[in-house]
Amino acid sequence: MAILQLNDFQVHTLKPLNIEVKDEVICLSGPSGSGKSLLLRAIADLITHSGEARLDGKKCSKTNPVQWRKWVGFLPAESAWWMDKVGDHFSNKNHSYIEEMKLPADCLNWEVVRCSTGEKQRLAIARLLAQQPKVLLLDEPTASLDANSVAAVEQLIKNYSRDNQAPVIWVSHDEKQIQRLNNRVYRISENEISEAEL
Amino acid sequence: MNVISLSAIDLALAAFLVLALAMLSLILKLGLASRLVIAAARTVIQLFLIGLVLKALFAQVSLLLVSLLSIFMLLIAGREVMARQQRRFGGWWGYGLGTLSMFVSSFTLTVYALIVVVGTEPWYTPQYAVPLLGMMLGNTMTGVALALDKLTTTAWQQRRVIEARLILGQDWRTAIGDITRDSVRVGMIPMVNAMAAAGLVSLPGMMTGQILSGTDPVEAVKYQILIMFLITAGTGFSAILATWIGARHLFDDRQRLRLERLS
Repeated sequence: MAILQLNDFQVHTLKPLNIEVKDEVICLSGPSGSGKSLLLRAIADLITHSGEARLDGKKCSKTNPVQWRKWVGFLPAESAWWMDKVGDHFSNKNHSYIEEMKLPADCLNWEVVRCSTGEKQRLAIARLLAQQPKVLLLDEPTASLDANSVAAVEQLIKNYSRDNQAPVIWVSHDEKQIQRLNNRVYRISENEISEAEL
Repeated sequence: MNVISLSAIDLALAAFLVLALAMLSLILKLGLASRLVIAAARTVIQLFLIGLVLKALFAQVSLLLVSLLSIFMLLIAGREVMARQQRRFGGWWGYGLGTLSMFVSSFTLTVYALIVVVGTEPWYTPQYAVPLLGMMLGNTMTGVALALDKLTTTAWQQRRVIEARLILGQDWRTAIGDITRDSVRVGMIPMVNAMAAAGLVSLPGMMTGQILSGTDPVEAVKYQILIMFLITAGTGFSAILATWIGARHLFDDRQRLRLERLS
């Protein structure tokens, strides 16, 4: 079981955060611009921060950054693609999540420019999970998806967390979704992150 | 063959053409007239000044004087490289990156050419050292400026892509690899084009100058080939060096993309 710990973890104007996440999906919500995305980016060690993030006791600052980012899988709100074909962005042969995302098997041959925003988002989730990260940091992963796809993503992430005993931090604005995920929820208010009632 | 000396009237006749162009620019409201006249005036003043400097320099073969002039030329070239970038590195990096890479590449190759290829005695004979270095710096300056501009503007535009690649476990070299390769290619384009077109589309300036001043065309061609090879190698090496150091400086020791280092 992977354990993500944040000790006096501070980014931008947010107050220091102390939290421990085990094999569970916790939600993070708060108004736009409150620092949710910054927090996820800092945990993925993409921006400077103070304090320490630990994964299974291993300090982020003492771990090779490339290794750390492979362990800590971050899904940005908007996916990025840099080659023509979808399949060129998958570095390994683990394509099982494409099917679970309700995408056709031949989508790896699709041209990226012809994919819709929703398709790109589902492909980005499949691409991230194919790397088998130990932790998932999801920044509004279902914001651009229809109801069926939202349900599929929610189920897939829950299953992934359970099967891989992976901690998940899920940023969401959708109160109904937070209820559905039915776990601990943290809210950002006045630069402070605190656990809140469901 | 004797050189036909140009009089002030000859140069004035040429200047008349630039003035005519400036007048036309005024009539057509191109907004170029003043810049054209100022640039032409700068050309006259700067070239006459360097002419005087070279005349004094050629009169006494001094390593110190050649070095001082070389450093002066390098510093000006470094400033030009910085000025030509839309998004440049902040602080000393903005100036130092281009200057350092041009210094390493241009100076090394010029000294190599003087000692190994041309074999002048002493190697810093100003008649050879200054024009060679001048041509090296002038061309590497363009290459480095183009390469660095491409690197920084593309990194800025594609920051999401670079971060997405870092997120997927790529190291900084791979994450920005396509951009660095493209930047070096862009920096090299003018020289590759110049080599491909030499003799067919254009007669290179140095060769033309030598022929006009009475040198045997075959000798002039040999010098031109030497110069073009030196310039190409110098441009390539300095563009690669500047791009590599610049790309590395876009990331910190934790391999995070640090675009705030650009101004």
